[in-house]
Amino acid sequence: MSNTMQLSRRRFLQVMAGAAGALIVGIRSARAANAPVPPDMLGDALYDFGMFVRVDADGTVLIGSRDPETGTGVATSLARIIADEMDADWQHVRVLPLGLGVENDNGKPRWLYGQQVGGTGNSIPRAWRDLRSAGALARWLLIQAAVPQLGVPPEKLRAELGAVISPDGRRLGYGQLAAAAAKIALPHGAIALKTPERYTLIGKPAGDADARAIVTGQTEYALDKHFGDTLVAVLAHCPWPDGQLAGLDSSAALGIKGVVKVIELKPDPHVPPGQTVIAPAVAVIAENTWVALQGRKALKLQWKPGASGSESTAALEQQATALINSDAAPTTRIRDDGDIDKAKRKAARRVEAVYSQPWLAHATSEPMNCLVRLDKTSATLCVPTQSPQQAWTVVQRLTGLAPDQIDIQVPRIGGGYGRRLDHDYVAEAVLLAKEVDKPLRLFWTRDEDLTHDYYRSGCVHKFQAILEAKRHVIAWNQRVASASALTGRGVPSDHLWSSEVSVNQFPAGFIPNYRSDWFGLSSSLPRGPHRGMPHLTNAFAVCSFVDEIAHSLKEDPLVTNLRLIGEPRLIPQQGGGAVDTARLANVLKLVTDRIGWKDWLHSVNGFGLACWYMDGAYVAHAIEVSMQGEKLTIERAVCAVDVGRVINPMGLEGQVAGATLDALSTALNLAITVKDGKVQQSTWKDYPLASMAQLPRTVEVITVPGEGDPAGASFLAMPSAAPALANAVFRVSAVRVRRMPLMKELLRLL
Amino acid sequence: MAQDHAALPTKPTDITPTPVRAGIDLQINGEHYRHTGDPAMPLLWYLRDVLRLDGTKYSGEHGVGGMDLVLVNGKATSAINTPMSKLADKQVTTVEGLVDAKGHLHPLQQAFIDEDAIGCGYCTPGWLIASLDLLNRNKDPSDNDIDGLPNLCRCGCQARVRQAIKRAAAAMKQGAKA
Repeated sequence: MSNTMQLSRRRFLQVMAGAAGALIVGIRSARAANAPVPPDMLGDALYDFGMFVRVDADGTVLIGSRDPETGTGVATSLARIIADEMDADWQHVRVLPLGLGVENDNGKPRWLYGQQVGGTGNSIPRAWRDLRSAGALARWLLIQAAVPQLGVPPEKLRAELGAVISPDGRRLGYGQLAAAAAKIALPHGAIALKTPERYTLIGKPAGDADARAIVTGQTEYALDKHFGDTLVAVLAHCPWPDGQLAGLDSSAALGIKGVVKVIELKPDPHVPPGQTVIAPAVAVIAENTWVALQGRKALKLQWKPGASGSESTAALEQQATALINSDAAPTTRIRDDGDIDKAKRKAARRVEAVYSQPWLAHATSEPMNCLVRLDKTSATLCVPTQSPQQAWTVVQRLTGLAPDQIDIQVPRIGGGYGRRLDHDYVAEAVLLAKEVDKPLRLFWTRDEDLTHDYYRSGCVHKFQAILEAKRHVIAWNQRVASASALTGRGVPSDHLWSSEVSVNQFPAGFIPNYRSDWFGLSSSLPRGPHRGMPHLTNAFAVCSFVDEIAHSLKEDPLVTNLRLIGEPRLIPQQGGGAVDTARLANVLKLVTDRIGWKDWLHSVNGFGLACWYMDGAYVAHAIEVSMQGEKLTIERAVCAVDVGRVINPMGLEGQVAGATLDALSTALNLAITVKDGKVQQSTWKDYPLASMAQLPRTVEVITVPGEGDPAGASFLAMPSAAPALANAVFRVSAVRVRRMPLMKELLRLL
Repeated sequence: MAQDHAALPTKPTDITPTPVRAGIDLQINGEHYRHTGDPAMPLLWYLRDVLRLDGTKYSGEHGVGGMDLVLVNGKATSAINTPMSKLADKQVTTVEGLVDAKGHLHPLQQAFIDEDAIGCGYCTPGWLIASLDLLNRNKDPSDNDIDGLPNLCRCGCQARVRQAIKRAAAAMKQGAKA
């Protein structure tokens, strides 16, 4: 039995009775709401419960988390949003990753749980909009169920910590009420959501729901899952993504006991836009990983380069620098406020600078992998993907199966950062699984993972600022050259800039005359979404440049930044929303107060600051460094964030501290370089994430309490970290680092 | 004589249990194992593919990064850099072996939870092993001692791991007094 309540035009809240007296509340699409309940939904198999909330007779509350958990704490936060709304006892809540929710709508997919995507910074805002109602409905039903048993009208009952309580103190646990609640007819109107003063979990700190399993080694990532007797495939990719196989001798590999097959994978030139083309590769399929690796070693391979064989990151950087220094028209003029040329005539002072940033890899801890079981009527995948819906599209194209014949399970993921929004590894796994009659695990070794990424393009920024006599910046001209991450992805050519620059980024809208130009570089090197894009590169360049303006004015950079931010006001954003300058100034003041900014000029150490905003959230960093000879020490790192309402302060603090350290690690050390079309970094030694000693010993995190709808914080704390560091390095060493990574350039210039 | 008995089944009491397959004997988390396969197989793949003890993660082919650390006779060791042939009669501890016999968490595990020293969690087992190795050698590690840990983490958990190690050191001292 089940009944439903409309949530939006196409989606419904649905309630049904599960096995052994369980109450199940979920969101389903319009079509499914009228269809009979699938039998497995009522069973006890956890992977099949497929719904957001399930209250079992023993009082256990299972909450499904729809968005992939890449380590941002989203599973915990989504579950707490629902658990708070239904007044569940967190001690009795278990959080489970939902697989992909898909059903068959006349051969087309219909997504059961709405958008399912992780690590892109919008899970919390989406959940805030639609998941609270699932919790509210569960609470309402449980209260209604208690009415006959307690003999008290519903408005006199209250829910608290997993129980319904009558005015005279009698309590009925949710477990006792679940079976009855599942039979109650749904209300006609919407159920009111809790008001903030009644929140019990939102705004209170909680550790990761998976913490105990993680520290005991029990958490299973896709790489740790097994489908019975599973074969393992490892790959030798062509060094050039557009190259081809020129010779293959697999006899030695096939002679190794346990090697099952050697298969050549060829790119499909007819891949629809939005799906990535796989690179040419040879796969060795074997009974276990060790044998597969030995088989790969025994392959005799010859590869022929494609067009990218002549490319190098050094040449691209030269090309970019030449472009932004030339009179060439930009690929796209992104924004042109006021009249730059007229403003130039009033110039009392001009400041100019050029910044260069390198190519980057994603370098997830868990390498690309995919576990597949394939037969004529079904495909089951267990895969670390940030977008199970995109993964589904790839599997469907390669198998031709019906939408609901494809089951995509997404266990906890060992880091995403945008890499797992591309599904080349899923395509490879499915193609290989077709060639064998057992389940298959595709496993990318570290060298394959680092050398066959969808990289972040390097970029060069050039700025020109015009100041009038009273030190106000009256004109800002910025030119950026990079290879768009969106090339070849079905994006119109006049929108390719949107992965490289934000039209609304600081200080657009703050200055009357503002021009932003983008120059597209042509490159065959593969590129894709990358954590914090496009804010990371732009914040480094912009916030370094503001610091250079301060230096040119011989004034305190805090003063320069605050003058640029200006009076408290709302600055409208193109595409909607507004930037609140008071909130931006506030985070900047918080970090400078905390770090003791008043000493900035006199300290032997160097102080640096930077602030940024994105998607309704604000961030600032203040960093203190010391130098002894060539040894740079980050003495302190302070970060303030304003994300509106904080769901989980402990999770937010962890995310902010983590993103700060990730940004510092990247800024200090990391660069992907390409020569003759080949990526030169293939191990952690070549692509050295910062060691403990290089990083600050703590990150002091300040969170601004807020009442507004929560903004995402996945990578919020990244953009301002690197410029704050570079600005601090300038104060301590008098060396202005305009080319990243920082350590290499600093040592070159010292 | 042999022919006289050939047709008769062996009496159960006549069976002498002698090893029939040569192998490498070792202990993992207190249990006895005999590896009878390729002696060159790295411990990492023995743990993961043969025993399905998946807590120890793959870091890379060169043992850099610390995600594949285990304790071999108490010392933090890269599991991919250690072939099974070097493990005869050795005692291996993986992250699954850190809880005590009753399933209670080691103070270090508890400290990682309390300090929320977890991002994606993939590198956490390696941090736990390296930290335990450090605490076994040095009951009161300084910041400089902690700086020496070989682990890498893309999520940026280093600062919280540092706090967790200090918290665990204090808890272990307290525990030793009690």
